[in-house]
Amino acid sequence: MAGPSTYQPQSGFTRWLDSRLPILRLMHDSFVAYPTPRNLNYWWTFGAILSFCLVVQIVTGIVLAMHYVPSIDSAFASLQRIRRDVPWGWLIQPIHAVGASMFFLAVYIHMFRGLYYGSYKAPREVLWILGCVIYLLMVATGFLGYSLPWGQMSFWAATVITNLIGAIPWIGESVRDWLMGGFSIGDPTLNRFFSLHYLLPFVIAGVVVLHVWALHVTGQNNPAGVEVKTKDDTVPFTPHATMKDLFATVLFIILFAVFVFYLPDVLGHPDNYIPANPLVTPQHIVPEWYLLPFYAILRAIDFNVGFIDSKLGGVILMFASIAILFVLPWLDTSRVRSMRYRPIARQFFFIFVLVCIALGWCGGQTPALSLYTAGPFRAELQWVEGGTRTQQIVRAASEEGAVDAFAAIEDQLTEGGAQLVRIARSSPTEATLTAISGGQMRNAVVEAANLDALEARIADQRETLGAAGVPFARITRTLPFEFTVTRFSQVLTAYYFLFFLVILPLLGLRETPGRVPESISKSIRGAA
Amino acid sequence: MAESTANGASPHTDGAEEPTRRDFIYIATGAVAAVGVGAAVWPFIDQMNPAADTRALSTTDVDLAQIQEGMQIVTIWQGKPVFVRHRTPAEIAAAQRDDYANLKDPATDASRLVQSNGQAGRATFIVLQAACTHLGCIPTFAEGDFNGWMCACHGSQYDTSGRIRRGPAPLNLAIAPYVYTGETAIRIG
Amino acid sequence: MLKRIAIALACLLAPASLIGAFAQEAPHVEQRAWSFDGPFGRYDRAAVQRGFLVYNRVCASCHALDHLSYRNLGEEGGPFAAYRVRNEETGEIEITLGLHGGHEGQLVPATDNPYVQAIAAEAQVPDIDQETGRDIERPARPSDHFRAPYANAIVAAAANGGAAPPDLSVMALARHGGANYIYALLTGYSDPPAGADIVEGKHYNRAFPGHWIAMPAPLASEGMVTYSDETPATPSQMARDVAHFLQWAADPHLEARHRLGLVTLVFLSVLALLLYLAYKQVWRGVKH
Repeated sequence: MAGPSTYQPQSGFTRWLDSRLPILRLMHDSFVAYPTPRNLNYWWTFGAILSFCLVVQIVTGIVLAMHYVPSIDSAFASLQRIRRDVPWGWLIQPIHAVGASMFFLAVYIHMFRGLYYGSYKAPREVLWILGCVIYLLMVATGFLGYSLPWGQMSFWAATVITNLIGAIPWIGESVRDWLMGGFSIGDPTLNRFFSLHYLLPFVIAGVVVLHVWALHVTGQNNPAGVEVKTKDDTVPFTPHATMKDLFATVLFIILFAVFVFYLPDVLGHPDNYIPANPLVTPQHIVPEWYLLPFYAILRAIDFNVGFIDSKLGGVILMFASIAILFVLPWLDTSRVRSMRYRPIARQFFFIFVLVCIALGWCGGQTPALSLYTAGPFRAELQWVEGGTRTQQIVRAASEEGAVDAFAAIEDQLTEGGAQLVRIARSSPTEATLTAISGGQMRNAVVEAANLDALEARIADQRETLGAAGVPFARITRTLPFEFTVTRFSQVLTAYYFLFFLVILPLLGLRETPGRVPESISKSIRGAA
Repeated sequence: MAESTANGASPHTDGAEEPTRRDFIYIATGAVAAVGVGAAVWPFIDQMNPAADTRALSTTDVDLAQIQEGMQIVTIWQGKPVFVRHRTPAEIAAAQRDDYANLKDPATDASRLVQSNGQAGRATFIVLQAACTHLGCIPTFAEGDFNGWMCACHGSQYDTSGRIRRGPAPLNLAIAPYVYTGETAIRIG
Repeated sequence: MLKRIAIALACLLAPASLIGAFAQEAPHVEQRAWSFDGPFGRYDRAAVQRGFLVYNRVCASCHALDHLSYRNLGEEGGPFAAYRVRNEETGEIEITLGLHGGHEGQLVPATDNPYVQAIAAEAQVPDIDQETGRDIERPARPSDHFRAPYANAIVAAAANGGAAPPDLSVMALARHGGANYIYALLTGYSDPPAGADIVEGKHYNRAFPGHWIAMPAPLASEGMVTYSDETPATPSQMARDVAHFLQWAADPHLEARHRLGLVTLVFLSVLALLLYLAYKQVWRGVKH
């Protein structure tokens, strides 16, 4: 930040106050005279928009807390009362609910902006880390708040997330019970979630103060990514930045209002209008849209790695995906801040944005949904028409030897001229072998677009054959490679981590950056 | 604009026009924004008013047949205590006699019995809010010098019509709005 | 500059439009036209009244409407909202149901609304005798919640083969497709397709996820109710009306929200324009 304070108290009172509590000087230096890079674009207005969102959430939240009842018997009904009977409750409650989504929308844009323009690089590491802390607190607050309406999604989201903590080895389950204040989500949980949901926004506000403080120490980054050098590079914050921020904020409020007034439920989930029922899990549970990417990462791990089982692995990766942001300033090795001058990194960045959106999409889908199937589902059916049928019951001496024993008999029957042998095991040591010799060997191939359809075709075929008196058939299924949502999530998750752990560190060392302007004022003249 | 035309000769017409236009935009923007903020604040204030369900519960039905002469009941209306007193002929006579006494808050007994629809009430039943007009304690009956109510908190005394006669309270006990819904039934509120 | 704003807005809206893609599996529910659709949507008062009749005569014997009170019917925007209107011929004040033809009138408080009082009085609600403390039933008052058909969920389940009929207060918001789904469900009963596995004690329904629903077709025959406006009470008409009613029940302030939304958006557009001009003015002559 530039130089000594330029504040000049204008009246006797302000002079008196200034020598006792220089709060007006602080305001003046921070929000009026504060030198702002003159080349900031609209992506830089999201700081103001986020402050607006925080204020809206706190104000509407305080109002809702005046009417909300944090008890499992009354929470759902109290929300309905707010929406129906409380004066203006029908407006204030949707503002708070939609506001959460708007807050996250703005914070994601703010974060992507920081990523693109390298706002995390020295000397702004602490500024960036404080931002990550705010984001983490926002996620926690959002999750806690989502449980309060006590609908089905509230209840099951709370159950699922607290169970994530149960995945931690050794201490997980004790910590989970401590968190829930019981052995399931219940009244104690709801009460503490309410208390914490009320507390955390004020913690966020505190960290925001630190965030702004850190920002005002280092000064703002800017689209050119070069530091402010002379007075020519800046304009005073007020009215230049204030006016632009206000204009952008009002545009944002218009979007906000469209959702509040015309699409208040589109960002939510219908199941949350069903009161919480601990006995029934909804068919398809998903978190709010802003947490879907992390949900996709959580579910992407469907395999065990050594002593880490798939559940713990998913939890670790999900937390790692946020934790990695904290060390980002030391992962990116490039000396150039703005990706405007990093042609290759820029491509990877845009892919990264798409990957994050795609992860969000995956998080909302059924994991087993197939996105691409290489070829049809195929089954070959074999049966014998005519011939003689013999049956033989085989008893093996021991369970261990049973399979070998059955196989030996099967070989024996086949060598004896049988065309088909079926083994039906009735107990671990006993099986009935049916063999057919003579007759005509037939086969048929059925194909279908998915497994269910294939099974239906097979069942049809068997039925027709059964009607013709065919004793049995042998079925060989050939399943094609399926690219499911889970596989897709794995690819995307891999890119997410590669971007931070490999691409940014290596690219910074190897990439030849474009020509970075000497100063902000030069960059403007260059563009014009 | 008008100014610059009047000056006419000014070589910097644009410059002279600018402050006026600029000021207009700023003032208009500020005014519109102020209206918006004002309108946005109102719902957040109004939300603290009684909600629709609370307002709907603001009536209380009382069966008068259960109140013997010389007895009173305390019922709840809007969460507050209300006296419904079946007065004796002596109490009624005392109340009417004092209609033109030296009263701190002058009112006739008949005016204190009027129903909320404007029709006259009956002298036998008086419906009063049971809050002392001093600081809101509940007065007790048949105490004090006027054989009416007396508030133990600070010694305010009311007569059998609930009028303030002595003590720090400034006003008569407030009448609860009520109407007769039947021969022996009233609805308060 | 404007182009950049457009791009920024598009980026803002893109994730929002994505949400729509996270729709549900389940049977396809046909979209129908409703008067409450869209930014100018309003409820069709007559349809909500007819729908209430269907609810009251048919649905209410099994389904509660827990979060509504009788007074809601007579509140601003409710189907039985009554107004004091001056009769132009006689000059007398009359109470009319709804406002017609641009007349001005004052809303009758829902607790004094004669229509609402009459509807409420038909229902018996549980209470406690103020003298004896015993459980009694008395005619409902407008301030009472709708009568619940069952004392609790266990009784409800026991009386209905194990499946408790769900509360309908927010049903139109609690299912994908909302009123469309309710209509599709109520008109979706048919004989099961050949070869389907019959589920004992359940009924085949095209719109219900899984197709087998515990509720028997509730609006099976014509004329289960008689509409006072002489609309023929066909099963599909009743289904449509009750879906309309349930949408109102779930979202009674929709009209107020739509009205205020319009005012807000117009206001914000003006403010945005002024701020844009002011912003341009401030940055005039500043290269950036």
